[in-house]
Amino acid sequence: MSIDPGRVRAVFRKELRQFRRNRAIVVTMGILPVLFLTGPMINIFSLTASASSSEVRSVVGSVLLLMLIVPVILPAAIAAYSVVGERDQGTLEPLLTTPVRRGELMLGKGLSAVLPAVAVTYVLYAVFVVAVRLWGAHAAFSDVWQTPEILVEVLFAPLLATWSVCVGMAISVRSTDVRVAQQLSTLASLPPLGLAILITFRVIAPTVLAAVVIGLLFVVLDCLACWGAALMLDRERLIVGRRAPRQERTGSA
Amino acid sequence: MADPRQSYHREASQAPAYSRLRMPPPELGSRPQPWFVRRRHGVGYRPLAWQGWVIAAVVVAAAIVVLLVVHTSSARIVIVLALVAVYSAVGWRLSGERGDVEDAVEEAPALEARETAERTPEQVAAIASLRAEASTRAPRRGQAADDAITVEGLTKRFGERTALDDVSFSVGWGEVFGFLGPNGAGKTTTVRTLGTLIAPTAGSAVVAGIPLSPENAVAIRLRIAIMPEAPGLYPRLTVAENLEFFAGLYGLADVRPRIEQALATVNLAERADDPCSSLSKGLKQRVAIARALLSDPRVLFLDEPTSGLDPVASREVHDLIVALRERGVTIVLTTHRLEEAERMCDRVAILNTTLRTVGRPDELRERLFARSLAVTTVAPLDAPERVFATVPGVDGWHPDGDGGYELKVSDPRAAAPALTRALVAAGADVVSIGERRHSLEDVYLELIDEDVEARRP
Repeated sequence: MSIDPGRVRAVFRKELRQFRRNRAIVVTMGILPVLFLTGPMINIFSLTASASSSEVRSVVGSVLLLMLIVPVILPAAIAAYSVVGERDQGTLEPLLTTPVRRGELMLGKGLSAVLPAVAVTYVLYAVFVVAVRLWGAHAAFSDVWQTPEILVEVLFAPLLATWSVCVGMAISVRSTDVRVAQQLSTLASLPPLGLAILITFRVIAPTVLAAVVIGLLFVVLDCLACWGAALMLDRERLIVGRRAPRQERTGSA
Repeated sequence: MADPRQSYHREASQAPAYSRLRMPPPELGSRPQPWFVRRRHGVGYRPLAWQGWVIAAVVVAAAIVVLLVVHTSSARIVIVLALVAVYSAVGWRLSGERGDVEDAVEEAPALEARETAERTPEQVAAIASLRAEASTRAPRRGQAADDAITVEGLTKRFGERTALDDVSFSVGWGEVFGFLGPNGAGKTTTVRTLGTLIAPTAGSAVVAGIPLSPENAVAIRLRIAIMPEAPGLYPRLTVAENLEFFAGLYGLADVRPRIEQALATVNLAERADDPCSSLSKGLKQRVAIARALLSDPRVLFLDEPTSGLDPVASREVHDLIVALRERGVTIVLTTHRLEEAERMCDRVAILNTTLRTVGRPDELRERLFARSLAVTTVAPLDAPERVFATVPGVDGWHPDGDGGYELKVSDPRAAAPALTRALVAAGADVVSIGERRHSLEDVYLELIDEDVEARRP
């Protein structure tokens, strides 16, 4: 399937413009993650030099876990809105009558949900690391500044966000109600977080190898999710609710 | 012969026939649902009943317990993945809703029978002939390459239901072609099929000179534009941003001048920076037309372009259609407004799952209705049969109200002067004499009534 970067750019720009004009999305993107992290950050700063290593590990682990929830939760709602929202405001059919291919549509919409979420996560993580370095206990910073933990945060954030977006878009295709789509996609985006939880809380030993292996697993999961979502972005399914039999398909490009 | 138009108006006061064709869709058909899923409220909304929430809470609690128990087990990753799979499968099963909506969108409302006007044997024969012709009419042979649209045997089924059955017609370049038919007749399905939005079950078509096929879908969409009934604009974006987005999807160069030109065409240049949410319905419709013009399409599909517009806004849309026709754009106009179709279209097709007829409005009128003169006198004539028998060219007559008569004639222009003289000679006080013009609406109702009658038990 060929991809026209111009069309992807057009979809991406349109989505970002819509987000910018929607105060609820801007507030959710900007404020919610900060509020989310405030409590655990206070816990970290409350750690004293005499805190036991297990106590430090538990507090740091919970913050890092929250850091990974941000790229899952934020784009999930946006992705869930991506198709059902178009249907809701009556723009889906005009959009599908244009030459845009489903891959271009998915890429443009997906990037517009993934990139802001990953950017917010990275900024939060950077602020968190700097803050712990400046004001946190030395033991806490030592725990945060470990290669596996950094890898988990840097590598898993985009992978989890991609999963969340693909699943959210697939649910959005099948839903007719924005609220239902958003609830379901938030729930559906959480399971892969289980693997991240296992490594963050050291159920799986936090080594570089484990991070890379789980990262690769996420890549495979993301590819499958993207493929599935792209298959579902079928024009006939979107317009009339069911896919044409294979021998009939015409407008699927 | 009774005037079908009068008959229609007479019935309209009792039980409006045409409004029955616009009945809301019937109740949505619903799939069997598990007992813990509440009945839907509105389209597609399917929340859980309280029992469902209890089940969900128990399942989540069980999953947490399992996770806690297995977190030291060597098989923990497999167990976690299994839980994820079960979770995904259940979520997937419960999230499907679209099948029911399709029923609502596509199901045709039941047409109720209306009392039909009395038909002459000639009319019955004409209707049969038009319908037979429509069902066998192939696209204009030998001119296929010159046609903007050629459709042969197009059929579309949604499961067991046939939306479109063996439809064949052709539309020439630069022609304004009208699609008429009751709700659920397959008009929108035809447009969506030709616009590559849905795939035909059978049949073939050439759209904008390109054969309809999966490989050609993008190429066809590049040459056509479809304006659906709803304008479909992004309310948070400005008019110019909406157009810029669509220009990007068409990969157009020199976007800004094109947008300015399209907006100037619909007299909206000064509203370019206004958010679409601030526009009236008429203005939104004009923006939608500007959007359709952006890519300079060779074939333009307009689905109910004047639906919900006031007369002034409708007139502006009509003027635009005329201007586009003059520019050589082929227009396929789907409409319920028969007077609009009669005024705007070079040819019309009357569709009701199958194609009933195709032709020029005046041609259809002439073939379906005998030409006639309507006469009104102050008082009823004493011996009308004697008066009308003396007029050459009168093939028959019947009374039409108090002091009114309808005369079947072969040439109204030749018969009218002789009729006037005969009436004056008989001492009648003539109020009016004129040719009775049957509208496209009469043609439409005659053909659709045939279907209604056919459905009667």
